[in-house]
Amino acid sequence: MSSHTNEALVELDHVTKHFAVRQGVFSRSHARVHAVEDVSLTVRRGETLGIVGESGCGKSTTARLMMRLIDPTAGTIRFDGRDITKLSQRRMRPLRREMQMIFQDPYASLNPRKTVEQIVSQPFAVHGGMSSSEAKLRVKELLEVVGLSREHSSRYPHEFSGGQRQRIGIARALALNPKLIVCDEPVSALDVSVQAQILNLLRSLQDEFDLTYVFISHDLSVVRQICTRIAVMYLGRIVEFAESEEIFEHPRHPYTAVLISAVPRMSVDGGRRKRIVVSGDVPSSIAPPSGCVFHPRCPRFHAGHCDVVEPRLESAATALGHVAACHFPIQRWPADEDELRTGAAAAASADK
Amino acid sequence: MSEIVLDVHGLTVVFPTADGDVQAVSDLSYTLHRGETLGIVGESGSGKSVSSLALMQLLNAESARISGRAELGGRDLLSLPPDEMRRVRGKDIAMVFQDPFACLHPMHRVGDQIAEAVTAHEKVSNAAATARAVDLLGQVGIPNAEERSRDYPHQFSGGMRQRAMIAMALVHNPSVLIADEPTTALDVTVQAQILELIERVKDEFDMGVILITHDLGVIAETADRVLVMYAGRAMEYGPADELFAAPQNPYTWGLLGSMPTVERKLEELVAIEGSPPSLVNLPPGCAFHPRCIHAFEKCGTALPDLEIAPGGHADRCHLSPQMKREAQGAGIAGSPGAAR
Repeated sequence: MSSHTNEALVELDHVTKHFAVRQGVFSRSHARVHAVEDVSLTVRRGETLGIVGESGCGKSTTARLMMRLIDPTAGTIRFDGRDITKLSQRRMRPLRREMQMIFQDPYASLNPRKTVEQIVSQPFAVHGGMSSSEAKLRVKELLEVVGLSREHSSRYPHEFSGGQRQRIGIARALALNPKLIVCDEPVSALDVSVQAQILNLLRSLQDEFDLTYVFISHDLSVVRQICTRIAVMYLGRIVEFAESEEIFEHPRHPYTAVLISAVPRMSVDGGRRKRIVVSGDVPSSIAPPSGCVFHPRCPRFHAGHCDVVEPRLESAATALGHVAACHFPIQRWPADEDELRTGAAAAASADK
Repeated sequence: MSEIVLDVHGLTVVFPTADGDVQAVSDLSYTLHRGETLGIVGESGSGKSVSSLALMQLLNAESARISGRAELGGRDLLSLPPDEMRRVRGKDIAMVFQDPFACLHPMHRVGDQIAEAVTAHEKVSNAAATARAVDLLGQVGIPNAEERSRDYPHQFSGGMRQRAMIAMALVHNPSVLIADEPTTALDVTVQAQILELIERVKDEFDMGVILITHDLGVIAETADRVLVMYAGRAMEYGPADELFAAPQNPYTWGLLGSMPTVERKLEELVAIEGSPPSLVNLPPGCAFHPRCIHAFEKCGTALPDLEIAPGGHADRCHLSPQMKREAQGAGIAGSPGAAR
């Protein structure tokens, strides 16, 4: 493992992103999707920061904000010590080589009409500074680094399996020696037997090239295997943030507990487990619920408090520890649904 | 054990293509009992979905060569003429698909679509069919079913759409329900709800359920018996408890070993090297042998039989029990010893 320093590579400071949506006749009413709401977090050099949550929780938007692929509505973004919130596209360009991305769908993220060599050498063409013979050589090196062979460089994407395509995407991301790689669901489209290959590859590349990863996933089993620290998001907010093992061993936010509990398990011991099943679906992020956004589904919901007062996540400065945005955080884990319900000392009655 | 509702024997599906024959399913046999869940697990291209589509006669007869038998209520589904199959499909055997967004007509009300499923097989009034639709929507956990039955699919969330699809499948109380990756498109908290629902309606409607998935975790939590498929063939078949406690086949070991778990952080994930073979050009012998770390000469020349051991636990592998014990005892990569 590379040595983790506390030095920050990316810092988000109270970042908010709203998207306008047009509704109604003649698009008169302008509603807003609250995609990311007051998110503060720090990505440390050399770590793998996991962002987990269900669809629509804002995890991908958060990553796109980090890379300034979209502009925040409010807040400050710093990369490598520099405020990049307001940088022009031209000023951003040299920084772009420091931040790369690996995408979910290896079928959609590679141009089917270009050879592997053209795909992997594209970053050199964009950022310059390399002759074509140098670039060719470098592509071959990169292919070997990601576990493909030199001979693959003249082939087209359709000749490769999903796992191999994902390796091509990784080679492209590594091309410019970036500091940060954002992995957006990098193994979700792959079969399990291949998933493990890619996760192992990502782990070994991190050591070899001193990479910092932001790892976005809905799959908690994958996240536990690869992440150093984890931010759990729900409806655009970070609801819990801690060291990875802390999150899994001592979840404090009921939503985190529900997420962990909902993952099917393979353990043979103890027969069938009682899942904590929450009712309903994730509410609309156009009109998020009042108070704590999780209150309509929360087993620890306490009427008159949770639906009125929004719990706050302590600021990023204290994020060295374990923070949860909950009025009645979980004290004891593992717990079943009843224990979660009654465990909240103040929550006497739990009903929606 | 309870009555057998579906008996599949020697099911083979071949798609002739310009590049050669795609051997999608080869000689697949299994039985499904009333009240049980059979989990079919495998990676993409393992034939798990195609085998079920074949049972439902949902494969284009012109592009697929299907052979074998599949008995349901004394009839062979594979040899029924299309118009007779139409009377069975949706009535005695029903299916729920992965993508509930694609399965509902976007311009018809959800309740009407379910009512249509009622009138497809029963001569009842529209009012009676609608009442039955509302009743079923309630049974699958849609709140305010009466009101919501008048909604269009886009007004439903993903989880609710899947509930509606399940309601539609239950209309005629089929004896077999096939659920093909029913939760893959859903978020994990919603997945938990849908799995509980399938479990509940299986008992309430006294059906046999075939649950097709790539997720061993889902299988471990819901299936009574498990069929592991690879490259169109059954590799291992047995009671779920036994299969997870003492998996016999190296491919199953590999799957279990490469599966990340939420329960602990593993030192290293044991990947199965390589990728699944092309179905046009299957390796000789055991299709898994090029990726199997325990393979020896025989594996590349002869196809192992699916041998049934006591307890109904079957496994397709040339390794002797002695060799398997050694492989597992050593705790080397690919064995369940390394996975746990």
